[in-house]
Amino acid sequence: MEFGFTTAAYVFAAILFILSLGGLSGQESAKRAVWYGIWGMTLAVFATLIGPGAGNWWLSAMLLAGGGAIGWPVANRVQMTEMPQLVAAMHSLVGLAAVFIGFNTEFEMVRIAAIQAASDTAALEALKGFALKVAEKTPAEISILKAEVFVGLFIGAVTFTGSVIAYGKLAGKVDSRAKKLPGGHALNAGAALLSALLLVLYLAGAGTWTLMVMTVLAFFIGFHLIGGIGGADMPVVVSMLNSYSGWAAAAIGFSLSNDLLIVVGALVGSSGAILSYIMCKAMNRSFISVILGGFGNRAGPAMAVEGEQLTVDAAGVAAALDEADSIIIVPGYGMAVAQAQQSISDLTRKLRASGKQVRFAIHPVAGRLPGHMNVLLAEAKVPYDIVLEMDEINEDFPETDVVVVIGSNDIVNPAAQEDPNSPIAGMPVLEVWKARQVFVSKRGKGTGYSGIENPLFYKQNTRMFFGDAKDSISKLLQAV
Amino acid sequence: MKIGTPKETLKGENRVAMTPDSALQLQKLGHDCVIEAGAGVAAGFGDDAYRAVGVEVVKTATALWKAADIIAKVRPPSDTEIGWLTRDKTLISFFWPAQNQALLEFCRTRGASAIAMDMVPRISRAQKMDALSSMANIAGYRAVIEAGSNFGRFFTAQVTAAGKVPPAKVLVVGAGVAGLAAIGAATSLGAIAYAFDVRSEVAEQIESMGAEFVFLDFEDQAQDGAAACGYAAPSSPEFRQKQLEKFRELAPQMDIVITTALIPGRDAPKLWLKDMTEAMKPGSVVVDLAAERGGNCDLTVPGEKVVTKNGVTIIGYTDFPSRMASQSSTFYSANIRHMLAELTPAKDGVIVHNMEDDVIRGATVIHRGEITFPPPPPKVQAIAAQKPREKAKELTPEEKRTHEIAAFKAQTRQQFTLLAAGGSAILLAGLFAPASFMQHLIVFVLSVFVGFQVIWNVSHALHTPLMAVTNAVSSIIILGALLQIGSGSWLVLLLAAASVLMAGINIFGGFMVTRRMLAMFQKS
Repeated sequence: MEFGFTTAAYVFAAILFILSLGGLSGQESAKRAVWYGIWGMTLAVFATLIGPGAGNWWLSAMLLAGGGAIGWPVANRVQMTEMPQLVAAMHSLVGLAAVFIGFNTEFEMVRIAAIQAASDTAALEALKGFALKVAEKTPAEISILKAEVFVGLFIGAVTFTGSVIAYGKLAGKVDSRAKKLPGGHALNAGAALLSALLLVLYLAGAGTWTLMVMTVLAFFIGFHLIGGIGGADMPVVVSMLNSYSGWAAAAIGFSLSNDLLIVVGALVGSSGAILSYIMCKAMNRSFISVILGGFGNRAGPAMAVEGEQLTVDAAGVAAALDEADSIIIVPGYGMAVAQAQQSISDLTRKLRASGKQVRFAIHPVAGRLPGHMNVLLAEAKVPYDIVLEMDEINEDFPETDVVVVIGSNDIVNPAAQEDPNSPIAGMPVLEVWKARQVFVSKRGKGTGYSGIENPLFYKQNTRMFFGDAKDSISKLLQAV
Repeated sequence: MKIGTPKETLKGENRVAMTPDSALQLQKLGHDCVIEAGAGVAAGFGDDAYRAVGVEVVKTATALWKAADIIAKVRPPSDTEIGWLTRDKTLISFFWPAQNQALLEFCRTRGASAIAMDMVPRISRAQKMDALSSMANIAGYRAVIEAGSNFGRFFTAQVTAAGKVPPAKVLVVGAGVAGLAAIGAATSLGAIAYAFDVRSEVAEQIESMGAEFVFLDFEDQAQDGAAACGYAAPSSPEFRQKQLEKFRELAPQMDIVITTALIPGRDAPKLWLKDMTEAMKPGSVVVDLAAERGGNCDLTVPGEKVVTKNGVTIIGYTDFPSRMASQSSTFYSANIRHMLAELTPAKDGVIVHNMEDDVIRGATVIHRGEITFPPPPPKVQAIAAQKPREKAKELTPEEKRTHEIAAFKAQTRQQFTLLAAGGSAILLAGLFAPASFMQHLIVFVLSVFVGFQVIWNVSHALHTPLMAVTNAVSSIIILGALLQIGSGSWLVLLLAAASVLMAGINIFGGFMVTRRMLAMFQKS
């Protein structure tokens, strides 16, 4: 097929992808937006398969089907609470694919350079597809290509190990606390510096081994960078890796001179970056310090918390809910872990049926993914128009009778406003303590993800409702 | 240990320090309970109710004082009762040690121990034992009820076929526990409540109860409530003058005035003077909750209700909690029960009088024949010191305008700098890079721009689907693999094939998951 047709298909696919991302601005249009994405992808793959430069299309189709056969059931089976892990795992695939493709390009360059050096005209004429394109390049273009390959490989490799570590942390297979090897940031900086040196060597024609060493270094950086980021920043990490995978695709697009790859890679890259930035804003953390792996953690003696935690049983909570007119539920990661969203949904329905105003307050970083709570509540069929964002609901707490905090900790921690030495000082939090009464459903007396004490639990209008969130809410459901 | 509660000997005292409920809880701590016959009748708890939960009922007070190791009662002991207080016994009751030096000394000679419920320190941990607060709560509520029964009108505004009624206006002076309870009761009856307190930091609490804080325009009125452990301290003469002026101004408008101002260890301050009472409308009511300590109102007669010449009723009862004996006994016995729980840490019926503990140390006034009053200051501060709160400055329209202009200019400058830097970087690249690269660069830069613009609009709730969709879309990298799979050596073929497979997983998995997520969003 002609080159022109492929380009036309690419243009159309790019438009579909942009519409797909833009459509996510509203719940209803989002449903349509996914289809745009699917059609865009189908068109892109189809146009590439029949377009110039592709070969072995039957093999490609078979492998694609094989990928589908694996991906489809996994995505179907996965629990909504395991979503963060799944997304992280899938990022690692993209990263690894980028690494493979980068190496392929290098192998082709080496082969063609050998053929050209031997002036083997027959072999040159026998070239087809991608190799032909490489062979037509001028020396200047070749060195640009080399730089592109290098960058693509580097980002791909960082994405790969970073995603694997993120997956491990989110799935609970690796300790989620921020961990650094002795040397800390100096190690990352050293590895990055060495990589830059290797780039110079590589451009000067030092051969494939520089790429290999650099890849190993990048693997290390990805592992160490993400390993150094604590659990509370995980949502930012996931969206950051998302961004990386986009940039990797864009870099590969440059090296393959494929505009669609560049367009989509840039879209994904910038969207991930923006998302990370929005989230950092929400947590009042410096964007730079998060992406560089927990730079600049403030230290200082945290304010001592005095008093005692008063406990309450299901009957007590139920009585308070019976009397309340306005109720706000603040879900957190604990709800996801205990799979309590269904019980909470039932409780909400019951309370709403008796004429009470029930709303949900969602902190931007509740859970381990941005919007994590919204997805879980939606899964449990909680109507989305009673699920509000922090800014929409924070002013309503003083007029609220009862707040039920389910498995969240740091996002309702008053220390963020009261204690300038607190590690989360300045982070916007849900001001639940201003409500008339607060019930905190919590597994035990442990601290939150950031590992700091929460003065909320010691406030006079707070009662602790200890126990597994799901059991607790089920008990509550019977008592209400 | 055996815990006993006698019938209160003071006339008109209806409360009782043990209820069947609290007795049940005390038995769970490993104690035995004994009560004097008829002790709970006035509060609505008959002897049979006590027997039903396993409390021993004895006929006379002497028998009770003899049988019990710990005596829990409400009022300070009378002289006869102290005669029965023998060595090794512990008395728990209101005691007022500062005002009752003679009683304190007398008890000491008996060699017993005494815990004063009125001396429980005001720290959060001790709240459940704070009998003063629980009694004050009742007193505040009752004050409104008493006022209402002596007030000839509705509290709430009504428009009826028979005419229009304005709402009653209630002024509460002193917003401690009693004051806040009074505000709550008055507003829920429909009255318009105003409240005053010398501690400006309680304004928030007053407003939270639905009353309006009477604001006093005074320079250094900021009294730090933490200084006196949560109570008010005496105010300066200038401040007092301002305060009285304000009251004088309010007096003619108010229908009901409830005064609750007390300063620890002093007589109640006179705040509602004779001329204010005279300025009030006939039929108005003044309830003086400080009557026992002399009263906040000039004309209060402690223990009585009087009507002034101009028809203002002044209620100076001193037994508000006792007038709601059932409720106050329930609260008080629960306070006692919590105190005993502190004293019985192992829940095995063995009393450990731990003088290291802040709460127990603070409340104990006599320990084994020695006076331990006044206690040292508690180790923990009652209330965190108030930080001086900075008021957000109200900006004038001109100032706002200048701020906006400055912000706009800063933004413009920032954008210009970014554009200049970005533009020159691209131009510089264009000087050296080949044309084919520049073509791709255009595409790249524009796409980044589109991406930025598009994502700003995505709603927060959809961030997870967005991430899933971009994840699926990022498997566009498959194009690279597809382009390479047909060219070159077996190694290239192998790596490209692996890439196609992985990207394939991602395409199907990513879109599938996104669809599942979005399908769940629904409107109510």
